[in-house]
Amino acid sequence: MNRIDATFTRLRAVGRTALIPYVTGGDPTLAVTLAIMHQLVEAGADVVELGVPFSDPMADGPVIQRASERALAQGVGLKDVLQLVADFRRRDALTPVVLMGYANPIEAMGAAVFAERARSAGVDGVLVVDYPPEEAAEFAALLELHQLAPIFLVAPTTPAARLSTIAALARGYVYYVSLKGVTGAGHLDTADVARHLAEIRRSIALPVGVGFGIRDAASAQAIAAHADAVVIGSRIIQEIETGPPDAAAERAGGWLAGIRAALDAVRKEAA
Amino acid sequence: MQMADLPDSRGHFGPYGGVFVAETLVHALEELVEQYARNRNDPGFIHEFEDELTHYVGRPTPVYHARRWSEKVGGAQIWFKREDLNHTGAHKINNCIGQALLAKRLGKPRVIAETGAGQHGVATATVAARFGMECVVYMGSEDIRRQAQNVFRMKLLGASVVPVESGSKTLKDALNEAMRDWVTNVESTFYIIGTVAGPHPYPMMVRDFQSVIGKECLVQMPQAAGRQPDAIIACVGGGSNAMGIFYPYLAHEHVRLIGVEAAGEGIATGRHSASLTAGRPGVLHGNRTYLLQNEDGQIRETHSISAGLDYPGVGPEHAWLKDNHRAEYVTITDDEALAAFHQCCRIEGIIPALESAHALAHAAKLAATMPRDRILLVNLSGRGDKDMNTVAERSGLAFQCRPGGEPATRAQ
Repeated sequence: MNRIDATFTRLRAVGRTALIPYVTGGDPTLAVTLAIMHQLVEAGADVVELGVPFSDPMADGPVIQRASERALAQGVGLKDVLQLVADFRRRDALTPVVLMGYANPIEAMGAAVFAERARSAGVDGVLVVDYPPEEAAEFAALLELHQLAPIFLVAPTTPAARLSTIAALARGYVYYVSLKGVTGAGHLDTADVARHLAEIRRSIALPVGVGFGIRDAASAQAIAAHADAVVIGSRIIQEIETGPPDAAAERAGGWLAGIRAALDAVRKEAA
Repeated sequence: MQMADLPDSRGHFGPYGGVFVAETLVHALEELVEQYARNRNDPGFIHEFEDELTHYVGRPTPVYHARRWSEKVGGAQIWFKREDLNHTGAHKINNCIGQALLAKRLGKPRVIAETGAGQHGVATATVAARFGMECVVYMGSEDIRRQAQNVFRMKLLGASVVPVESGSKTLKDALNEAMRDWVTNVESTFYIIGTVAGPHPYPMMVRDFQSVIGKECLVQMPQAAGRQPDAIIACVGGGSNAMGIFYPYLAHEHVRLIGVEAAGEGIATGRHSASLTAGRPGVLHGNRTYLLQNEDGQIRETHSISAGLDYPGVGPEHAWLKDNHRAEYVTITDDEALAAFHQCCRIEGIIPALESAHALAHAAKLAATMPRDRILLVNLSGRGDKDMNTVAERSGLAFQCRPGGEPATRAQ
């Protein structure tokens, strides 16, 4: 069983919501990202989503754009992020790592070469933001060949009919984007999320993570009541970018630990 | 399948095109595909579109024999398709009318657009005013600084111009930002893309609206010149004016189709915008096409004297036409385009857009190698009023002064 499935199986058995932080590889530096990843795991992260910097991050809001620009300014690209995962694996053989990024850096490396290198670096899943399932059949097959999970987004605007198209290709978990708009935007309507999640679960058997708009303990708890996983990106980047880089790992870990405690408190009450 | 039957139902031109967007946009695009399919052959829609083109835009635009220039070049006869005579001064408005009419039918009260030089922004602001729609135009802060006059025009027309500070602060970043707006406001908003790029159905839809250019030429050239041209020449940034004039001629296999990209300061310097000539296929802005990118797949910053050609990608249908050799793609440098600009002003009394001057420069080069009974048709895609500052600066001239030199010798 791969690390993602194993993680969700284990969490489900103990009634715990998965906590999935997102950081951009190379923000503020590759070395600091490595420290942040370990610190996030220590603070209770169950899966780490690692962003691959791209010059034109169309689906991201200003916070993650800034993270991408800081990484690019140091020349960090896909091959550096793969090396970062390999470095992470030296101390952590258990925590799943999911790469999240855009199609062009992968196509520039060559999809087959990428899949092979990602597998050997210790990557577990790949989410390519601008590969909707209609354009991703070949790529998803290639990932599966290398035991990598193709992760897909589901949006509030995704019609019920498309959910089965997504279900056919998705592995690991699906990522429900709880807001219309870009990463880091606006406020969250929990009742609306609950309705959509119920609909998604009718078509997709995989665990469902929810992200976009989760900023604090209260919103994380509200989402955890319905979702298998809570994904948090922009808010962690803000911790990283506010203050000296050498203390970024402590800030990010400290902040995430608060969310972990809040999630566990809810689960205990619910159990 | 005939070449003109592309794209397929998912927007593919061979390996190019497609729908490479986040899940959040897929539904809006599917809705647009469906809505466009319902309207494109609807007689009511076609009538409304043509009526606007006739009475508001001022179509058909003439074809014009540039006799004096042809004489000075001493080779093939050069003809212009006068898109510079359209309302707002360029071909851009053809497409904006079409998309605004669709927006109206979709019941969307708000339109957004990206713009580089400001021409597409001005055309969008114009049709938004014409149809009573709210209009927001995204423009890189660097471009806002360079194109102050067009910014003022858009504001006069009632549009909000939003400066984009991310990335290279130019057209590609404005496009990213417009996409982000669209994702967020998809229910109220229609995104009017200005060129034959972006996710399906935009490359097809913009081409269809712009193909009025080529359709008119098919009728006009036999009437005015006695036959169809031997070659058609158009500048290519995103490639909408070129697709507009090429598309109706795709089946006319004896007519050469030549796209002219911006070589900027020279291909070897890396400071250019020639995606088809010097790029590699990749995925950007919703479609697969030729892109200027580095080894890591990051999109490169581009350069051209003409802001309208200053874009790291190109419409996917051009990528397909290049690979199939139905169209040829060549390049013209900033300096060559500037020389052709001055020639056109002095010899023909037409101030062309710097974008169009790239096509003119190549036409003059090619004409000189051909016999006098041959015919070249150049798409003069826009007028150059917007470029006064750039030309004055680049020619090292004070704004009031008359460019010197004998026009006929300047080009050599």
